[in-house]
Amino acid sequence: MPSMTTRKASWRAPSVLPGFGLTFGFTLAWLSLIVLIPLSMLFIKSAGMGWQSFVDVGFSDRALTAYRLSFGTALAAAFVNAVFGLLVAWVLVRYAFPGKRVISALVDLPFALPTAVAGIALTALYAPSGWVGQYLDPLGIKVAFTPIGITVALIFIGLPFVVRSVEPVLADLGKDVEEAAATLGANRAQTFARVIFPAILPALFTGFALAFARGVGEYGSVIFISGNMPGRTEIAPLLIVTQLEQYNYDGATAIAMVMMLVSFAVLFTLNAVQSIRRRRLGA
Amino acid sequence: MIRVENITKRFGNYPALHGIDLEIQPGEFIALLGPSGSGKTTLLRIIAGLEFQDEGHVHFNGDDVSDIPVGKRNVGFVFQQYALFRHMTVADNIAFGLTVRKASRRPAKAEIKARAQELLRVVQLEGLGDRYPGQLSGGQRQRVALARALAIEPSLLLLDEPFGALDAKVRKDLRRWLRDLHKQMGLTSIFVTHDQEEALELADRVVVMDHGRIDQIGTPEQVYMEPATAFVSHFVGETNRLPDGRHIRPHDFEIAAHGRDRVLVDNVFRKGGSWRVEGRLEEDGTIIEIDVDAHEAPPAIGDTVTIAARRERTFSNPGD
Repeated sequence: MPSMTTRKASWRAPSVLPGFGLTFGFTLAWLSLIVLIPLSMLFIKSAGMGWQSFVDVGFSDRALTAYRLSFGTALAAAFVNAVFGLLVAWVLVRYAFPGKRVISALVDLPFALPTAVAGIALTALYAPSGWVGQYLDPLGIKVAFTPIGITVALIFIGLPFVVRSVEPVLADLGKDVEEAAATLGANRAQTFARVIFPAILPALFTGFALAFARGVGEYGSVIFISGNMPGRTEIAPLLIVTQLEQYNYDGATAIAMVMMLVSFAVLFTLNAVQSIRRRRLGA
Repeated sequence: MIRVENITKRFGNYPALHGIDLEIQPGEFIALLGPSGSGKTTLLRIIAGLEFQDEGHVHFNGDDVSDIPVGKRNVGFVFQQYALFRHMTVADNIAFGLTVRKASRRPAKAEIKARAQELLRVVQLEGLGDRYPGQLSGGQRQRVALARALAIEPSLLLLDEPFGALDAKVRKDLRRWLRDLHKQMGLTSIFVTHDQEEALELADRVVVMDHGRIDQIGTPEQVYMEPATAFVSHFVGETNRLPDGRHIRPHDFEIAAHGRDRVLVDNVFRKGGSWRVEGRLEEDGTIIEIDVDAHEAPPAIGDTVTIAARRERTFSNPGD
């Protein structure tokens, strides 16, 4: 007769892995210190300013234009990065060629470079008198000091996110899956579209989300190339700094609040989509 | 008929296959049996068109397919790890080979669906068409892989270690089932295995390979009873190699007073329908395994017994 013990009801599943209490507590404390407490200051600060003035500043025409610009350019840049980042990852994973390590290291450079450096370099290139800008200008294409320029800067900043997200998944994708598609008569295009691409889509999605999030918050590289014209090329993070410089802390807080909520909603949605996919695959 | 002619393949400096010749009749079930590194999988992949030979030819029904890419050879290939498309449902996996056909050769949607359902029934997975491969057991995945390969109505079915990743019980059930399916559907099949029991049980003919060469081609009965080389003798079934070069199977020994070899018994245990006696030759300590009929009394551990061989073989090339 086996002895009967009743296990105390618990909100977590029993596990043999030790240290849940300690590590979970540490995680919470750390997250609080680094993320939650600073962010809650935003809430507290903006709660103090009253609803009407919050709406007035947070949803002023100037602020709305800045949001649109920030999220729009970040989205566009993330899309471009998804396409070309995938291409770079593809080449890095699937082919051996001289200088591969150098190229791989180059991909990470936007991580390490001070963003202002990137901004200045890009501005010098794309200004109407710059190396690239002088050829685009006669065609009527203006890059520097327009939303296009902002997008270019955000593409530069976001590239490593997509490449580094997709690379390991692509490398992990078994050769046998492609061979299976080939034995079944699929050509290269069909194999890519129906077998490879769907398999790396989640990773591409993650890279896209990261690049997007980075783009929304990017400040340093953008302020040089955007020209910062209010209502035209003024991004939301810059607007916040402008408010701060004018000692309008409430205004800065209100704008920051709106940005944070939108960003969180976007990232949360992307994550939710991902986990639904994962559950469906039973993995 | 499949004819493989003088196939040679090198990977860098490593010779994987030397001058392989093989003929397979329609409807045959062939096992490529050998240890890892024997070249059996390479040969299978060359026949499929997943790998290309350095020399030699592959003929399908008289046509030289040596330069025809895998997608045009119309072979079904079942991969060792199944290689299912994880993001597709089971039914979509099975239908894949039909849906990628050129529009002119592609059956109508409803027909493809019906075909997938029919194959699900053949592999006994009815009702699981909407699941994803991640939600299936190993044996079920294996059968999905098989159904997917069969969907294109291949002229030749190739299986790479088809039961390698499954546990013993599932393995045995699937083995019998595959054998029946092969007969029922009139397939011509080649499978690769390192498991001699599997090869002997399933195949019409067994091709025993070692170091990139074919040691013997024959029925299971032939390769077991009349091994052509020392390698075949000890790789297919169990064999005692005596110091004087004689190869004797455990069940070909008898414990008898007239025997000339004396064995010290180390261990006795029941193995299926007989006793397995493990011991050492008194002469030089060579390990000897003897099967004793379960109806007879086995010797006791520590005894010394005399044994005689009812049947023995010697080979000109003693092997390794």
